[in-house]
Amino acid sequence: MIGLSHYLVISAALFSLGMMGVLTRKNAVNVLMGVELILNSANINLVAFSRFSAGNLSGQIFAIFIIVVAAAEAAVGLAIVLSMYRIIKTINLDQADTLKG
Amino acid sequence: MDQNLLTQIVFYFFAVLTVGSAAAVVFSRSLIRSAFALLFTFFGVAALYAFLGADFLAATQMVIYVGGILVLLLFGVMLTHKLYELNLKSETYQLLPAVVVVCGVFGVLVTFMMRTHWHSGGQSPAVPTTAAIGELLMRDYVLPFEAASILLLIALIGAAMIVRRKSE
Repeated sequence: MIGLSHYLVISAALFSLGMMGVLTRKNAVNVLMGVELILNSANINLVAFSRFSAGNLSGQIFAIFIIVVAAAEAAVGLAIVLSMYRIIKTINLDQADTLKG
Repeated sequence: MDQNLLTQIVFYFFAVLTVGSAAAVVFSRSLIRSAFALLFTFFGVAALYAFLGADFLAATQMVIYVGGILVLLLFGVMLTHKLYELNLKSETYQLLPAVVVVCGVFGVLVTFMMRTHWHSGGQSPAVPTTAAIGELLMRDYVLPFEAASILLLIALIGAAMIVRRKSE
């Protein structure tokens, strides 16, 4: 039977892959994709716990709020990427070193 | 019993689809390929929601992620590259430290998930959740709901302000 731990392992794998994307990709859009993977993994966790706690829907409500925040994050993130491309003509994160970070 | 087996087969299919296409997102050389692999990841996650009895969330996932965020990301790819160059490669860096850190995080997460005894209240029957979610949003969670709507509005205006060209 498929239990809670199956979903938790899938979510852990998605989280790790998303983190891998954030850490290794140079392209800013690709980093945003990694962030989306991480948010999705959190959502799977919340929905799975909601399902296995006798129909308490709070987890699903939280997942909806996470989707809202993800949409806002994608919009603002891509806006920043676009204006960065306009200013320094690249979206490679290792070349965006104006702030000497 | 037969149906149980079928359920497991379908579940593992979607689990492999989700994780496999997520790996393709992360490891694919081509940006466009990453974006399309992300499409399958979102599909797989929506299917997992459906497995968990979250029908409303599965539909929301399809509409917002596949219809909205993915299209937005594709626009981001298209607008930040000269399409004639066909130079849509994404390079990687800090590969070795990242692999070490990510494997460590994955190991710790799975270990704790397996060791923890979760207090399961039993699996709820899969009933339609839309009406209940709407009621909860309008009653118990009405303040976060309004805050989220204001957040979306602010993000929208802010994004438009950031990308707008300065008028000369």
